[in-house]
Amino acid sequence: MTIQSPLTVQDFKSDVKPIWCPGCGDHAVLLAVTKALVELNTPREQIAFISGIGCSSRIPAYTNVYGFHGVHGRALAIAAGVKLARPDLTVLVAGGDGDGLSIGGNHFMHACRRNVDMTYVIMDNEVYGMTKGQASPTTAPDWCNSKLTPHGTGVSPVEPVRLALAAGANFIARGFAGNPNDVARLIVEGVHHPGFSFIQVLSPCVTYRPEQREWKQSVHAGQDQPPQLVAEAMHRLASDDGFTTGVLFAGNRPAFMPERKVTASFADIEKKFAS
Amino acid sequence: MSYSISVALTGSGGAGAMTAGQILLDSAAQAGFYGLMTRSMGPQIRGGEAAALVRISSVPISSLDDHYDLLVPFDWGNINRFSAELPLSSSSLILADPEQGDVPPSIAGYGARVAALPLKALAGAIPGGRANMVGLGAVATLIGLPIASVIAVLTKQLARKGEEVLAASTACLEAGAQAAAGLPSVTKLPSQPHGEALRWNISGNEAAGLGALRGGIKFVAAYPITPATEVLEWLAPALEKTGGALVQAEDELASINMVIGGSFAGLPSLTATSGPGLSLMTESIGLAVASETPLVVIDVMRGGPSTGIPTKSEQSDLNIAVYGLHGDAPHVVVAPNSATDCLFATQWSVHLAEALQTPAIVLSDQAMGQSRVVIDKPAENGFVAQRLVPEADAPGYQRYALTNSGVSPMAIPGMAGNNYVADGLEHNERGTPSSQASDHLAQLDKRAGKLDAFDYGEHWADIEGDGEIAVITWGSVTGPVREAIGRARAKGIKAKMISLRLILPTRPAQMQEALKGVKKVLVVEQSHSQQFHKFLRGHYDLPGDVLVVSRPGPLPIRPAEIETRLAAWK
Ligand SMILES: Cc1ncc(C[n+]2csc(CCOP(=O)(O)OP(=O)(O)O)c2C)c(N)n1
Ligand code: SF4
Ligand SMILES: [Mg+2]
Repeated sequence: MTIQSPLTVQDFKSDVKPIWCPGCGDHAVLLAVTKALVELNTPREQIAFISGIGCSSRIPAYTNVYGFHGVHGRALAIAAGVKLARPDLTVLVAGGDGDGLSIGGNHFMHACRRNVDMTYVIMDNEVYGMTKGQASPTTAPDWCNSKLTPHGTGVSPVEPVRLALAAGANFIARGFAGNPNDVARLIVEGVHHPGFSFIQVLSPCVTYRPEQREWKQSVHAGQDQPPQLVAEAMHRLASDDGFTTGVLFAGNRPAFMPERKVTASFADIEKKFAS
Repeated sequence: MSYSISVALTGSGGAGAMTAGQILLDSAAQAGFYGLMTRSMGPQIRGGEAAALVRISSVPISSLDDHYDLLVPFDWGNINRFSAELPLSSSSLILADPEQGDVPPSIAGYGARVAALPLKALAGAIPGGRANMVGLGAVATLIGLPIASVIAVLTKQLARKGEEVLAASTACLEAGAQAAAGLPSVTKLPSQPHGEALRWNISGNEAAGLGALRGGIKFVAAYPITPATEVLEWLAPALEKTGGALVQAEDELASINMVIGGSFAGLPSLTATSGPGLSLMTESIGLAVASETPLVVIDVMRGGPSTGIPTKSEQSDLNIAVYGLHGDAPHVVVAPNSATDCLFATQWSVHLAEALQTPAIVLSDQAMGQSRVVIDKPAENGFVAQRLVPEADAPGYQRYALTNSGVSPMAIPGMAGNNYVADGLEHNERGTPSSQASDHLAQLDKRAGKLDAFDYGEHWADIEGDGEIAVITWGSVTGPVREAIGRARAKGIKAKMISLRLILPTRPAQMQEALKGVKKVLVVEQSHSQQFHKFLRGHYDLPGDVLVVSRPGPLPIRPAEIETRLAAWK
């Protein structure tokens, strides 16, 4: 019997240097993910980490597990394919608010209702960082610092956790990049929870939204016991200020997974064509 | 006597034209003939007018004939919508039920013979009788198909419905057969020469599904679309029974990406769609090119652009399949050239996609996808998914390593020590994003080179016959071309057929060889803008005179059109 020494955070980091700006919240999310992987104690090769396009979506390359950096908005679809094809893998998905809620919004709704067992982290900075600072679906309507929308978008933002609840996600949480240990704990809980787990991580974009540095003053921990009933979670979220952290809903819907059992040979199947 | 007979059965929804057509085809198979049936449907979701177009033959066929020998309208309903698809000659016979009124001008205009057959009245005299079965009995007798074969098929199919139903149907068949004795004659089938050979009855879409299964596909994600849905409907239970899985995705953007995920995770994966869905998928097919993820996309072409004509055929997705991806994105495009070939072409595509770690698009179309054929049981072709994988813990493993073949070992999640991140960003050999000119060039060369260097054997094209005239064609139009060349040969005109199966990558050296000695080229295709002709011009040297027969769907190209061109050229 070989005794494997437990892996460390360093073992889960790759040697690729992040492109992120100094001070970007995404550095802390990377730390949180690696801490969660240490805690999960799953062999590196059993983890698939999937993302789309954006600053945040670069994250898989900075970890030391199997990963797929796909196209803009489609991470959840790739991830669903991975998990449905290989139920034995632990599937993590990450990306930005634009990637997941704008171009990929339809997949978000269907990932919530399909409830495939995987954990999705949206690194929400209320902006398109990668394309240099345009409004995203979570940007406030009066934010005027983008050349594309100099008068603000004038459009109500979506509240990702409410959307997730309405669409049927089985586990919903919110974290703050400034508290990476808490985020790591949420990721571990999300992975352990069956079905689709959604974690919104407030991750400041220090370059295009420097005012988000102040988020650390706004975040506050929610109640210890997460609601298990949709109605109760809805009620609480109705008065949520967007800065409550912790687990916001832990449901008990069974995860979706087609059953696989060989009950026929090719020859049996081909018999139908014989006249 | 002729080697083939063509019958059109038409009627409004509920008249049973399609059922009669199916039974006719099955009975032909039962009697040892070959056959082909296409359907023409109106736009109604249920009911509405329908035509079952059946051709029965003593040799394998993959084309409709120039005209129908027999037209049986159970009613005249909306026949005007079909009349262009029902060419008749002066020797054709229309079996018209006087109760349904006069032959409408759009049909009468063909100048065919008309005989009265009181289908409804004959059926009405039999308790539980149906006019379509009376018609079927008359048709079988007129064309020389043994009624015993029809009864054998009905006995099998109606077993569950009980004695009474079977007795009523049999009585109708016999009433029709008796009535036929007093009708003018039509050409008859030869007495069947093939004994008890095992025949298969399969649609092109089912054949594509079977090819996928035989090739080793284990995961399918897709979104329903006409005329590709039957590929999926066939695959769903078949995969379930053989340990695979099919998921219905929320749209084609999801289905192609789910398939990428399934393949990345190690399972040979496929999706099927039609033009509108293919348009949505193109960005992600490019991702599969860049990340070297094997997958198969079946596109069952229909009339375009936009929603176009969903229920009818056209060869107008060639451009998007070949040129639709942004960037320099070499990939595989394979076109089956008959309903039967949908099996081989799809199975081969699974093999190519997996061997070359590339997306492969299978360009089928509505004409072959939704036609049913009676064929000899297809032989095993041995093409299966085989992916090059590294050893576990391969030292210094690099996912996109530059190799002689251009194919690099692809690690699968679960293999220890080989984890990597697949990327659609340009990357170096390890997979790390890179915008360096040298990495870009090296990876572009690699991705193009691996497709080019591969040995596709003789399957790149079907080449038949010889002569100074070559007919270059592709897809379902190959059927009528093959038949036209056969007829021309019988009249002393020699022509060679080159039906291109491997559209991408192109095979210029093989084509040059095939065109040796050719002085005239006839290109035959079904698109308005001559997509195939322009594709050939862009990639191949066509010798001497070039003539093009190209027109859009939905009307099928018939052998006589091509035969006339060949004769005019002599
Ligand atoms: C189809 C497509 N459209 C647009 C883009 C350009 N694009 C790249 S990232 C991005 C937005 C990223 O914003 P977000 O997902 O919030 O990630 P962040 O950079 O903020 O982490 C856009 C619009 C693209 N790559 N692909
Ligand atoms: S632009 Fe914003 S989101 Fe992107 S790396 Fe810089 S700080 Fe982070
Ligand atoms: Mg963002």
